[in-house]
Amino acid sequence: MGGMKVLVSRLVQAVMVAILIGTATFIMMRSLPGDAAWRIAAGRYGYDNVDAAAADAVRGELGIDGPALPALLQWLSDLARFDFGNSLVSGQPVMDEIVHQLGASASLALVALLLSLVIGPPLGILAGLRPRGMLDRVLLVASTGVKAVPQFLMALVLIVLLAVHLRWLPAAGHGELRHFILPGLTLALGLAAVNARITRDAMARIADMPFWRFAQWKGLSERQTLLRHGLRNVSVPLITYLGLQFVTLVEGVIIVESIFGWPGIGHALVHAIFSRDVPMVQGTALVLGLGFVIVNSAIDLAVRRLDPRVAG
Amino acid sequence: MTRTFLKAAVALACFAMPVLAQADDRLDVVAQFEIKAPEPATSGYIFTRMGVAETLVNANADGELTPGLATSWEVSQDGMTWVFALREGVVFHDGSAMTADAVVNALEIARAKPGPLQDLPITGIAAGDGEITVTLSEPMAALPAFLAEYRSQILSPASYAADGTGVAIIGTGPYRITAMEPPLSLDATAFAEYWGNAPHIADVSYSGVSRVETRALMAESGEAEFVFGLDPASVSRLGMLDDVEVLSVAIPRTLLIKVNAGHPFLAEPDARRALSLAIDRAGIAQAVLRYPEGADQLFPPSTADWHNDALAPLSYEVEEAKKLLAGLGWEAGSDGILTRDGARFAVTLTTYPDRPELPLVAAVLEQQFRTIGIDLTVNTTNSSEIPAGHQDGSLELGLIARNFSLVPDPIGTILSDYVGNGDWGAMNWRNEEFATLLRGLARGDGGNAERARASEILQAELPIIPIAWYRQTLAVSDRVTGAEIDPFERSFGLENIRWAE
Repeated sequence: MGGMKVLVSRLVQAVMVAILIGTATFIMMRSLPGDAAWRIAAGRYGYDNVDAAAADAVRGELGIDGPALPALLQWLSDLARFDFGNSLVSGQPVMDEIVHQLGASASLALVALLLSLVIGPPLGILAGLRPRGMLDRVLLVASTGVKAVPQFLMALVLIVLLAVHLRWLPAAGHGELRHFILPGLTLALGLAAVNARITRDAMARIADMPFWRFAQWKGLSERQTLLRHGLRNVSVPLITYLGLQFVTLVEGVIIVESIFGWPGIGHALVHAIFSRDVPMVQGTALVLGLGFVIVNSAIDLAVRRLDPRVAG
Repeated sequence: MTRTFLKAAVALACFAMPVLAQADDRLDVVAQFEIKAPEPATSGYIFTRMGVAETLVNANADGELTPGLATSWEVSQDGMTWVFALREGVVFHDGSAMTADAVVNALEIARAKPGPLQDLPITGIAAGDGEITVTLSEPMAALPAFLAEYRSQILSPASYAADGTGVAIIGTGPYRITAMEPPLSLDATAFAEYWGNAPHIADVSYSGVSRVETRALMAESGEAEFVFGLDPASVSRLGMLDDVEVLSVAIPRTLLIKVNAGHPFLAEPDARRALSLAIDRAGIAQAVLRYPEGADQLFPPSTADWHNDALAPLSYEVEEAKKLLAGLGWEAGSDGILTRDGARFAVTLTTYPDRPELPLVAAVLEQQFRTIGIDLTVNTTNSSEIPAGHQDGSLELGLIARNFSLVPDPIGTILSDYVGNGDWGAMNWRNEEFATLLRGLARGDGGNAERARASEILQAELPIIPIAWYRQTLAVSDRVTGAEIDPFERSFGLENIRWAE
């Protein structure tokens, strides 16, 4: 019942987000300085070949000098039919390009998220069980340090260390499983630094509660207490926080993709903006915006399942 | 228990990871270019470089034209009709034969898209028996060179949609594409029915990596065997490694300032000469580009016919520059910037970041021009602002890298840059003697004497100000031998590379 309500309100939110993002990107792309036909021609043919003839050919082919309002309405009605149009640079359907590139980004983000969950929360739990212990102190310093390193630098440090010096992993590239490790680890370390702290605080708080002491008093070992009463409680703030981390992840993916030569959506968005590829920018921004809505909905539902107090 | 688990995980990682990085038997090529689409007009240079697509005419390292898919060509007495004899027994990657009709189809589609063929005085391309005939409305001696350009590549009719848009790359080259994922990757394998010598290495891959630091690290870590386009800092670092060789070749591309000769401050040739004298070319070349020397004329030695050893070299003489400007009525104002009739000598230099050295050189020029009292503002923007600013007259100075070998014979580029519309060449500059010389050379009249006179005019008038001649760089792993750089940037030469013994 409650879950249904959440879904409906999120659906309404998704439609609003789509209209807002569509209109906003449309207005922004229209108000950028410079002649769009020239920019698209530069994107298509490269700086050695962009000239008046190429710009005129683009102008004639795309008819981009038309009035704004009909173009916006046309785009919104195409959108209602899930038609994103064709890229002005490559000529390929925007939908195909986004599916290809979003797939690459999503799989990288997923690997990063899983890696961060393997690294961060277990350390956080161990530290939280012994607050102000050795591990807790080391973790505080390490996670603050890692979080303070920009992802750009982290990526280069990992490449130099693991790919160039030790030669364990490929420096960059895409297509095989081994290519996931370095970019995934770059993103994961930043995420793990924070979710280890979140887990540690939640664990310390819970281990200090009367029910925890009661569980141990009735004869459960620390391990049993953790498995039966601890994990579920710790996971509620952790999962809520994962929703926020989605923002960090999208931001990180754009930087990490450019360093590792990863054909993802961040890479695509940056190139599309440079070459004034309006349908591609609109489509990409829309998909990212809807991504936020979907992730938040999923987290709402997951928290409801885990924590009966919220659902009630 | 946790400790045992941790130890096991670390041990596993140490054993597994080196295996992950192990080299395979595929030749991996990395360069900065992104594959936009299966379309010769936008990404054709990747397909020709990778040995997937071929052209009727080829060019060797000296820029001389050699047979490609055409074995020979002849021009009629009046220079208006060209006949190209097609190579026999050539098969496209889809198994269909390369017929004269297929060649005409590919060229007609290329001619309808923006590119060098579009500007040629071609009246018709007709298919004959094992040959094609190109008819012109006026003589064009360099026509074969235009057919060596990447956009003139010959693909099978099945490569194009009904409207001429590229849908697949079905070429005739030594490698055929097995997988292509725009924008960043392409896999290819040796084509069994190739008409020429079979390549030594069967499987090759291409990856587009736009960050130059990443490309250098891929070369350093051994991840890719053939890494194209390195920055000066990486060249020095990679040069110190034992298992990577860095190759460097002068290419027919010049770093230059495009000058609006219609601008009131820049209209007098002496003003342009003063700018030229204020540039420390050796300093820019050595400190920014890490080249041994700067350019002392427009055409680099690699454009053999056009480079003129007899020219007085462009020099660096700040005092002489100041004298020239004083002679034009400029006087230093209170802030050290020159003024004339109440106007400050302040101009904007437009450049673009696609080539990372351009904004750096622009910053150095800002300093060097200030020493002679010129206030330079640098505007780093989209590359299309140069031709767009040329068209609407708003461009003042532009810092650009101009390639004279898109078509292996530079005449095409020189003609369009300095006689024609000039989007990437002279602006508001016309010289009738130069135009007559160039038109004659394009028709096929005249030779070295005319070319020498033309380069003399450019050196004296400076419609553009040359700064440096480019070098192309390549890092090659010691696992392979036989890699070379094609100064005309048409081919990676993958078919000649073999695994080292």
